[in-house]
Amino acid sequence: MSNKIDELQVRTVAKLARLELNDDEVARFSVELSSILGYIEKLGELDTDNVEPLAHCLAIHNVFREDVVKPSLDNDTALANAPARHDEYFKVPKILDDAGGA
Amino acid sequence: MSDISCKIIVGLEIHVQLNTKTKIFCGCALAFGGVANTRVCPVCIGMPGVMPVMNKKAYEYSVLAGLALNCNIPSFTKWDRKSYYYPDLPKNYQISQYDLPMSEHGYIEIPLEGGETKRIRILRAHLEEDAGKNTHTLGNFSAVDLNRAGTPLLEIVTEPDMNNGAEVKALAVELQRIVRYLGVSLADMQKGHMRFEPNINLHITKDGKVYKTPISEVKNLNSFRALEGSVAYEAKRQLNEFLEHGTTMEMGNKATYGWDDVNECTVLQRVKEEAHDYRYFPEPDLVPIEMNEEWLNEIKKGLCELPIAKQKRFVSEYKLSDYDAGVLTADRATGEFFDAAVAAGATPKRVCNLITQVGAKLANEAGCGVAELGVDAEVLGKLAKMVDDSEVSASASVTIFEEMVKTKKAPEVIAEEMNLMQKSDAGEIEALVDAVIAENEKAVADVKEGGKKSKKSMGFLMGQVMQKSKGQANPKVVSQLLAQKLS
Repeated sequence: MSNKIDELQVRTVAKLARLELNDDEVARFSVELSSILGYIEKLGELDTDNVEPLAHCLAIHNVFREDVVKPSLDNDTALANAPARHDEYFKVPKILDDAGGA
Repeated sequence: MSDISCKIIVGLEIHVQLNTKTKIFCGCALAFGGVANTRVCPVCIGMPGVMPVMNKKAYEYSVLAGLALNCNIPSFTKWDRKSYYYPDLPKNYQISQYDLPMSEHGYIEIPLEGGETKRIRILRAHLEEDAGKNTHTLGNFSAVDLNRAGTPLLEIVTEPDMNNGAEVKALAVELQRIVRYLGVSLADMQKGHMRFEPNINLHITKDGKVYKTPISEVKNLNSFRALEGSVAYEAKRQLNEFLEHGTTMEMGNKATYGWDDVNECTVLQRVKEEAHDYRYFPEPDLVPIEMNEEWLNEIKKGLCELPIAKQKRFVSEYKLSDYDAGVLTADRATGEFFDAAVAAGATPKRVCNLITQVGAKLANEAGCGVAELGVDAEVLGKLAKMVDDSEVSASASVTIFEEMVKTKKAPEVIAEEMNLMQKSDAGEIEALVDAVIAENEKAVADVKEGGKKSKKSMGFLMGQVMQKSKGQANPKVVSQLLAQKLS
């Protein structure tokens, strides 16, 4: 049986997840991920024709907060867990692809 | 050279920062500037185990904007996670909306040259959180400020309905007017409240066959000038690319460009390899939103006459030029101030001149809008009416308006105090006219004779009378009396 997740797909997913895999790992994950997917596919046997897609597993909606300012952390506390800091900033490895921003 | 024609196709993505007091999913304050990483909390710096809670105002503002953009507001909307790899959004995903946005399928009317308008379709508008800022580079490191992370953004996506740089700019300016009218955004370009990403390509017709060039997306433009410039530059670049290399959409992927403000050109950033590399999935930490009619009606109360409608009404109702109407409707307060001033009974053009010529200058000096000068619209209307009724001259009205701003006194009080009331009493003016006629035999003769010199001499006599009255005689009365006496 051919694997549901082939090695090319493993490499693509690894790249998107910024994971470095060697050839052995790629081969192994192809088998393992395919087996997991095969297991999950059992769900496909269910008849879901008349079932609305689920957006959220809790049957509640409209949970809001009012637009009221609450105290923020002070600068030192905010940076307390940072591996490195520079003045008031988080210091991180240089961002090469600077096309960021939302 | 072969027969060739070329059509520019542009669609826009616009991020508008909403004018809330706090961030979208936590209570940190929104502000500009200040010390880095001081408006942050465990939610917006992405600590494990924290839970975002939706800011109600941010949602209501986006619904209001969606309504103004003629969008359909679905009764059900939800949140999704979008994969994100940069440290300016440290939880590694952005909370956004994917398949069920809070508004879709609308349109915006944009003004074109000469009073025409064009309808640009809106594909969708959805809410999302902004990232922080990578402020500067320290050798092999970057410094990150997360004060901006979690700022509520409304992302508006248009259909590719614009065909030149001017239309793209017109849309941007119109959208700025709309969100400011509604109060949903301050839309301050300097503070990055509006950021634009045009998608640009060309449909080139050559020897009867249509070729499409690869789409360029220009990222993060924050001025109207850069927006218009990038569209013009890309159109030129893509045409050259096509002519020299025959590059078409089938040969190249969509590519991302930046804008170099100094050299006024686009710079290639990356070629998109995977179309679906964002891997959206439903956000489990936020529950969906259900909109009902009652709530929607409540939000609709925030709508107002939109700028383009106001502008058109000023042209049709007040017979103003499209240019004047555009100036008066640039912001909502000035437009409403004008309406109220005209309602006081003056001619619209007179009020318009006072606002656009005198008021704008005074407001500029005071660093506020015309409506915030401390002069009531009705009182300004009264001043305009005094000019209409020849109680004061147009030039005196400038001085009076300036004094009104300074002293807050009523225009008729200032006119009296400064001796600017025009004299319309025919008896008093007649004496002056008679004196001038007696003193200027030559000019009087020229007028009576008619011919070339007549008009000029009449003007001279007119000037003499005005001088004698120290500028206070009503010119209409003077001119009537002179005409009577010299006919």
